[in-house]
This record gives sequence, C-alpha cells and structure tokens, in this order.
Amino acid sequence: MAVKVKIPVPLQRLTKGKDEVEGDPGTVISLINTLDSKYPGLGERISEAGKLRRFVNVYVNEEDVRFLKNEETVVKDGDEVSIVPAIAGGIITAISI
Amino acid sequence: MEFTEEQLKRYSRHIILPEVGGKGQQKISDARVLIVGAGGLGCPVGYYLAAAGIGTLALVDNDVVELSNLQRQIAHSVKTLGVNKADSAKQTFESLNPDVNVIAVKERINSKNIIGLIKDYDIVVDGTDNFPTRYLINDACVMLKKPLVSGAILRFEGQVTTIMPGDGPCYRCLFEEPPPAGLVPSCQEAGVLGVLPGVIGALQATEVLKLILGKGKPLKGELLIYDALGVNFRKVKIPKNTDCPMCGKNPKIKELSDIPEQYCSI
Ligand SMILES: [Zn+2]
Repeated sequence: MAVKVKIPVPLQRLTKGKDEVEGDPGTVISLINTLDSKYPGLGERISEAGKLRRFVNVYVNEEDVRFLKNEETVVKDGDEVSIVPAIAGGIITAISI
Repeated sequence: MEFTEEQLKRYSRHIILPEVGGKGQQKISDARVLIVGAGGLGCPVGYYLAAAGIGTLALVDNDVVELSNLQRQIAHSVKTLGVNKADSAKQTFESLNPDVNVIAVKERINSKNIIGLIKDYDIVVDGTDNFPTRYLINDACVMLKKPLVSGAILRFEGQVTTIMPGDGPCYRCLFEEPPPAGLVPSCQEAGVLGVLPGVIGALQATEVLKLILGKGKPLKGELLIYDALGVNFRKVKIPKNTDCPMCGKNPKIKELSDIPEQYCSI
C-alpha cells in the first residue's frame, strides 16, 4: 500500500495523463518533493520554498491540510491526498501550464 | 398570486412533488436570481431556472456572441452572433418561458457597480471565467450576506460550492487569493469540453432551486469536484477560516477592489 494522490486535470500533463499517482508516507511536503522527482515540475506548481501555494489546496482524506499541520501534516499508507487548484474557466494559469 | 390554468400545467411536474407543491412553485415564482456571466455556465443555469419559472432572472454580461461560443453556450445561436450575450440569452429564455421576467444587464461587473447590481436579488450565481471577477463577487456577496452559488470549469474538470455568508465559509476561506498575476506568464485561452459547463451549470441550478425551496442540504462548506475523464465526483471540506481576509474574525478586506485589467482575463 502507498499514499494515493489525486492529480487535478490541469496538472495531469505532468503526470503523463494519470489522474492518480502513488506516493510515499511522510509529511505532505516530503510527499510533494518525492513526487516532483518522479514528475518534474509538479512540486513548483503546488509549493514554493517548502510552503504550499495559496491558490492550491492539499487535502488528506477530504481534510484541508491548512487546518491540520499544513506542510508538516503526516500522511500514512492508505491515505488519499487530493491536490485542488483554484480554477476559473477560460484561462490557463501558471498552475496548469 | 394564483396560478393560471396554463401555469398549473407548465409546472405540474414540480407541483406534484411533495417537496415542491404549489407553495414551493410559488416560492420559485417569487424568487429573484442574478447570474453573472451569460456564457458556458450562465447559459445552462439560466435555461433551467427559466424553465423552472423563476420570477426574475437577471443576466450580467457585456460580451457579444461569437461563433466559438456556440460549442457550449447553449442559449445563443447563429441568429444572435454579434448580439450582446445577456440580450441573446434573454430572447431564448423568454421564448422558453414568458412567465419569467428576464433582465439583461449589459455591463461588465466591477467594484463600483456590483453592490447596486446584486442588492435586490435573493441569490447570486457565479458563472464567470476569470479570477478577479470571481473574488469580487465573493467579497460583495459576503458584504451583503447574499447566498452565492459558485461554479468553475477548466478543460475536463469543474468545481461547485454554495456560499452562505454568515453561515459557513466563503470562497476566500477556500482559496485565500487568486494566483498572482506574475505567475500568469501567458494568458492563453484554455480548452473546455463543451458539455462540461452543462454538467456544472445544472448542478448550480439545482443548488439555486434547493435554496429557494429550503429543501435538502446546500452544498455549503464543501467543494464538489467533477472530473469528466476519470468520471469522478469528489467532495472536499471547506472549513471556515477564522483568519479569512474577508469573513474571518478580523477581516483585512474592508472595501471592494478591482484587480488590474491586465490580469489574465479574457
Ligand atoms: Zn471566508
């Protein structure tokens, strides 16, 4: 078992079209960093200097990590992590390029 | 107001629902709803609300209909190419249901006119395609305590939430700020599957009707995410943020402001 990570449509280009990828247990930020080494560019879309961007949310089992321990929130095997960016139809922003 | 014979027939499938009935249909007929944007989302929302018999339906849009809109903006047609979108949709909705008082507002919504535009409506629907307007509508709705049904689409993905100011989180509790303009290197137009706004718009219209009827539970404090490719509907929680710059304990935002025009809005 691993951590399931749901990738939003705007970022699926970086994961070769996959809407779900697997990650390692640990903190949210370490999970993102590890995913970035596998899918280059993913990390900077979600975080900057170790902090989550303010227009991208990360959820662990439906709970927003900002209300848990933010980047230091611990994810375990079997947890489901969702990455959810703010979207506004019509335009492609940096998050989705 | 008594329903006419014709109206009883028109709304009969509503009226026979115990959750709606004559009383509920009366509430729908008395309701005033304002939709910002008569585009991908505004068309289906307005279409279904007009069919439902909403009393007053305002559409705010200052763009004109273009051929590339017709792949998804179902209230317009080749007959209204070049016509203002609010006017074009008004024609369509009125021919569907003459009971509805459709008001076309041919203005671009901004910090100066938004309060005047929304203050006389019961519910606001966000069907806009850009971040600055999305945040402006949220802030104005929080100030005036107007319920806001928010929808957004991109490519194959959509998001919906219902904001009940004073009773749950707002859009800034969810995403505090729009992506900064500096992070928007090129403002390319994004693709969208034509039917996607239909799905999201139908969900928004459903939320509006539930609010009017006072039935079911509103999609508040949750973000519904639809992924058309993976055929997923998921919900994530939106906790009320006590530090929210708009609706938190010490709101930083005291007045409405426009984000510069050069911010990526097409
Ligand atoms: Zn808020």
